[in-house]
Amino acid sequence: MTIAERITVTKSIDARGMACPGPLLALIGAIRQGKVGDVFEVLSSDPGSRSDVPAWVAKAKHELAEAAEDTGFVRFVVRKTH
Amino acid sequence: MPARIVVLGGGVGGTLAANLLQKELGREATVTVVDGTGMHIYQPGFLYVALDQANALWLARDERTLLRKGVELVIEHATKIDPTRQTVELARGGTLPYDYLVLATGSRLDRDAIPGYGDTHDFYSFEGALRLREELRRFKGGRILVGVAGIPYKCPPAPVEFVLMLEEYLRRRGIRENSSVTLLSPLNRAFTIESASKLVQPIFDKQRIGLSTFFNVESVNTAKHTVSSLEGETAEYDLLVLVPPHRGAAVIETSGLGDEGGWVPADRNTLQHKSFERILALGDATDLPISKSGSTAHFEAPVVASRIASFVRGTAPKTAYGGRVMCFLETGGGRATSLRFDYTHPPIPPKPSRLWHWAKWAFNRAYWVTVPQGRIG
Repeated sequence: MTIAERITVTKSIDARGMACPGPLLALIGAIRQGKVGDVFEVLSSDPGSRSDVPAWVAKAKHELAEAAEDTGFVRFVVRKTH
Repeated sequence: MPARIVVLGGGVGGTLAANLLQKELGREATVTVVDGTGMHIYQPGFLYVALDQANALWLARDERTLLRKGVELVIEHATKIDPTRQTVELARGGTLPYDYLVLATGSRLDRDAIPGYGDTHDFYSFEGALRLREELRRFKGGRILVGVAGIPYKCPPAPVEFVLMLEEYLRRRGIRENSSVTLLSPLNRAFTIESASKLVQPIFDKQRIGLSTFFNVESVNTAKHTVSSLEGETAEYDLLVLVPPHRGAAVIETSGLGDEGGWVPADRNTLQHKSFERILALGDATDLPISKSGSTAHFEAPVVASRIASFVRGTAPKTAYGGRVMCFLETGGGRATSLRFDYTHPPIPPKPSRLWHWAKWAFNRAYWVTVPQGRIG
């Protein structure tokens, strides 16, 4: 069992195939509206997300619980910490 | 008995969907548009008004003049939708029953979501564009910050277009040398789309436009002239221009038909509400993570109309939305580029040229006699 499977996801964002405004923007929007402790899952097929999502999560000081490669997409699990 | 189709919202998507439905179904349906103001506003024009490049008068038309004769227009606010009884309640009393409902309710600006927002400037409303135009006319120089105060927001290229055109405006006014222009970008680059960002960055460098990355506006202090980000940074300004936070329409929220942002959960291909199959949504109103723009609504409306026509006739729907969006991006200096993409094809923007700038102008000018009537697809 992975870490993410033990975490209850508050909201899942299927951003596969989305070029604009992009998976990261969808995540930022969700975090802004969420509560502290909420967990967001983002599915992204955008290659840029591999670096963008972890970079933003680090800068904004939230927690990246998982970044897992799947077939043709990456699954990010992010917890809002503040 | 003809099918009863109600369209909430008389913007790009609602107007076009209503006209296409009436044209396709004729006497097989009654098509009613419910709009709170009865005025159709061409929102891409706000940018030009704020920067003193266009008169505000060309931005508004009477919605009635844009609808086909057979479409009924009810100028009223819809206050509640009951998806079980299939009715829409109206502000002044009375209900409209429907067999199919189109939610073209757009987005609304929610400035109160940002602490301290106060009278911060924007170019996302008619009043905002006019007020910013006056402020810029008085502006003698200083630090200008342009930022984004909420996601999602309408027209993702708009903040980039605004700073590029603003830089040119300041030069023309002779106050560029004692001014700085900085874009507070929500991302780690200037623009959401990487290919477009690569194209824009050299122009930022050449025109000495500043870029603060990963700056998602969280609060404003208008007394101290500072703006702070979700990421924990604070910047000082003399003039602050923000894209205000957006939410879905009030009627979506009060009816319990939206998510926490008031956006309608819609299937990305059929555009049907995920819980109520007789309700379809388009344009800004949906929760789809694609551009909120007139162009999106424009390309979704034929899908919505065609699918409802199939339901009315009991035939299998033949069309689906593939995520098609097309928009222009002004890059300053009388040049522009274009972004065309869908769910599976990312955009490859051409080099900025005068041709695309004029194409955008021609589109803006021809809008009233082309888009609402479905003359260009």
